[in-house]
Amino acid sequence: MHNLVKWGTAAVVAVGLCGLAGHARAADPIRIGSTLSVTGPASFLGEPEKKTLEMYVERINKEGGVLGRKIELVVYDDGGAGDKASTFTKRLIESDKVDILIGGSTTAATMAAAPLAERAEVPFISLAGAVVVVEPVKKWIFKTPHTDRMAAEKVFSDMKKRGITKIGLISEDAGFGKSGHDQSLAVVKNYGIEIVADEVYSPKDPDVTAQLTKIKNAGGVQAVFNFGFGQGPAIVTKNFKQLGMAVPLYQSHGVASKDYIRLAGDAAEGVRLPAAGIVVPEQLAATDPQKLVVTAFKKDYEAAFKSDVSTFAGHAYDALQIVLAAIKRAGAVDKAKIRDEIEKTSGYVGTGGLVSMSASDHMGLSPSAFHMLEIRKGEWALID
Amino acid sequence: MFAAFLQYLFSGLTSGAIYALAGLGFAIIYNASHVINFAQGEFIMIGGMATATMVAAGTPVPVAIALAMAASMLVGVALEKFAIEPARNADVVTIIIITIGASIFLRGGAQLLWDKEFHALPAFSGETPIGILGATLMPQSLWVFGVAGLAIVVLWWFFNRTLFGKAMLATSHNRLAAQLVGIGVKKVLLASFALSALLGAVGGIVVTPITFTNYEAGIMLGLKGFSAAVLGGLGNGTGAIVGGLIVGIAEALASGYLSSAYKDAIAFLIILFVLFFMPSGLFGKRGTDRV
Amino acid sequence: MNIYTARTGGLAILATIIAVAPLGFSNTYFYDVGVNAMFNAIVCVGLNLLIGYAGQISLGHAGFFALGAYGSGILTTVYGFPPIGALVLSAAVVGLLAFAVGRPILKLKGHYLAMATLGIGIIIHIVLKTEAKITGGPDGMSLDNFKMLGFAIKGDVMWYWVAGIALVGSVWLALNLIDSPVGRALRAVHGSEVGAEVVGVDTSRYKVLVFVVSAVFASVVGSLFAHKNGFITPDIGSFFHSVELVTMVVLGGMASTFGALIGAVILTLLPQVLAAVEQYEAMILGAIMMGTMIFMPKGLLPSLVAVLRRRGGGR
Repeated sequence: MHNLVKWGTAAVVAVGLCGLAGHARAADPIRIGSTLSVTGPASFLGEPEKKTLEMYVERINKEGGVLGRKIELVVYDDGGAGDKASTFTKRLIESDKVDILIGGSTTAATMAAAPLAERAEVPFISLAGAVVVVEPVKKWIFKTPHTDRMAAEKVFSDMKKRGITKIGLISEDAGFGKSGHDQSLAVVKNYGIEIVADEVYSPKDPDVTAQLTKIKNAGGVQAVFNFGFGQGPAIVTKNFKQLGMAVPLYQSHGVASKDYIRLAGDAAEGVRLPAAGIVVPEQLAATDPQKLVVTAFKKDYEAAFKSDVSTFAGHAYDALQIVLAAIKRAGAVDKAKIRDEIEKTSGYVGTGGLVSMSASDHMGLSPSAFHMLEIRKGEWALID
Repeated sequence: MFAAFLQYLFSGLTSGAIYALAGLGFAIIYNASHVINFAQGEFIMIGGMATATMVAAGTPVPVAIALAMAASMLVGVALEKFAIEPARNADVVTIIIITIGASIFLRGGAQLLWDKEFHALPAFSGETPIGILGATLMPQSLWVFGVAGLAIVVLWWFFNRTLFGKAMLATSHNRLAAQLVGIGVKKVLLASFALSALLGAVGGIVVTPITFTNYEAGIMLGLKGFSAAVLGGLGNGTGAIVGGLIVGIAEALASGYLSSAYKDAIAFLIILFVLFFMPSGLFGKRGTDRV
Repeated sequence: MNIYTARTGGLAILATIIAVAPLGFSNTYFYDVGVNAMFNAIVCVGLNLLIGYAGQISLGHAGFFALGAYGSGILTTVYGFPPIGALVLSAAVVGLLAFAVGRPILKLKGHYLAMATLGIGIIIHIVLKTEAKITGGPDGMSLDNFKMLGFAIKGDVMWYWVAGIALVGSVWLALNLIDSPVGRALRAVHGSEVGAEVVGVDTSRYKVLVFVVSAVFASVVGSLFAHKNGFITPDIGSFFHSVELVTMVVLGGMASTFGALIGAVILTLLPQVLAAVEQYEAMILGAIMMGTMIFMPKGLLPSLVAVLRRRGGGR
């Protein structure tokens, strides 16, 4: 009798499972749409973001998908341009009928796509840096990267600790550097620091010693802060060393990848920059909640692509995880429900830090997400 | 004050020599064919990328340089053979679009063959800055000056002292007449592309330790090289060098004394200004119109 | 066939295609691409007057396009202009600017002219990027809907019809200009400038005139584009966009209004089609550009017409 019940239950469960499986096979995939800067000046954002999304979507599908449904990822390359991002976002929403948008590597691409996502009521997690993406809060728009303002604040607080009051700012005149420059000017006063020289360069300038000489001669400069990404900061660093400038050099989170150290070489010694824990997983304290997550992600990424993991890859990872968790909590692929659940994300441990969103905060990263790193002997050293 | 000026000048000379090398490639092809090759920047990129990736993979530097130069020449010859020659009787604008198409094609190819990351090469003579009157210069900049200077001397000799060089010049002046006196116009065109691709590769190799390189590096170099060549007067090697140096120095002085945000705009303003008064550039031959 | 019937015939075919195309559109994304294609086509029809008929190249027209867009953006959002007023004022300013720079610049020939126009385009782009206080800098600026007489143009479908009417209107304008005495003078300039001067054509006046007209075309479309997209970045004024516009004209067929139009439509659609093979997009695009120009040096439409004529003649 006992056995009979046991077997009976097992059979019922088995039939049930088969039914579920059958149902899942019949169901449409969950569609995630993405416009990324896979080529163009911001390709070092878009490229790792695309690789990361593709790798994890494939892995999740192998593990059976979410809610028993596979995930289908559609990626277009907007080259970082706003008008292309706008057309591709329309295509994702209208033609590909995506359920969720992840993307917009650059602020321009995100801001072009945002009104479309709002109008179509599709949840959109942006991978762009600037504060304007989530301030003021837009109902359907979220973002995972740290803001440029947080990076500037981290740098200025470190300068303050060292007693620095006068600095030179040198920034790139393209999107990332320009936005970082503006945010730096907005918050610098809160730290009792004065910017006595403010210079810019173009992303592809072969030499910036002219700008640095001007900063050097500005009088009383105690440190230099460079906001930019790509090869520009490496050239700034080399020229800085060439001019024999003895003050500390700070970089932004835009160069938090091994590529920067590789390009700048010895000149990068002693440079400080704010970065997320993902850059130095092995140096995080054992008690750090991020340690497990970032160690695993770094291992996965570097094994799959044979290149160093960057913070930007992490932004895409975080966005995907937040979305998947929200879908699971919502229990259905319903755009409004998913949006509500993304907003309720709380205590998510990501590569960028701890994320707790709310109706008034669509990023949800605490300032403690940033660590201060210094480059010593060609390696990152965690100093704060 | 003087030290700062000198530093601006060095900065401008470094950038300017790079632009000049790029401009020289435009001048050679223009000389032989009156074609402006907008894929010139891609020759530079191919030289730099091929060398940097081969060196990173463990190839000895001299071997990598030789292979990169050969690869770039091969691309130059292929471009002429398969894209320029079949269209040699077409309009100037048509040929411009062909070379722009070629540059897009080569960038796409480079991105597939290599990757989208930046690559570096070690400096040829170390990274100890040379101090001069309070300003500093990197040894690699001297390499760029040296190569640009050598290139101009060799080209002068080639175009003025060798039969083949003279034939190339003759072709540029009057293709039909050149053909009539037995000059192989096809061969001349092919040689001009091979030569400028070779020069582009050499340029790419010497500037990579300063600027790094990636698959899109040719865009900026092509644009600045074209500016240098036009400012100097198309088809004039010395003009391209002078034009490149002027653009570079104007940019550096503009960032030093005026505004770094507007330095590129100021350089272009100077070019416009020069063209208003010298419509064939600084060293260009004043053209007469044929009716 | 007389030239007037050919012209009305062409216009009728164009209007029919625009009217019928939406039957194949399954959603607003198609309308969006259609609008972009027609906007590019209008700019190219204008630019073709300069390149194809007057034989003068411009690598700076994206600058005029961007000035129109930012003119509308700044005048409507900062100074509260009505959109139509902003469009007209921007176009007037762009026209004046083109007139002012046109006289000295158009004395230059060939590659020197290319360089000068390139420089002007780049300077405009730098100004838009740098003056972030009024332009929003590289992160771009937002605009409102295009409102006129209490009526707002919004949504891709409505914009499609507006762009369609604007395109037919511009083609009509261009065709008329080409057949006018101005057009004949222009062709003389293209054929032989010295020759034209000898027979008493004030060549520089006509060149400047057509330069201004093509710049105004670009500016007006820039304004419309800005309102339609609702968001603009300085990239629309970049050197790449200028090159793209010239490529459209040359690929489709210089000195052929419908050729320029076809070139614009094809090069707008191509990236959308190639998006599926993103990795190879650049190589395929480059190969198509080279192949078309090698095998059809006069451009798509003129080459096709020539082939058809030859067949017809052989019969």
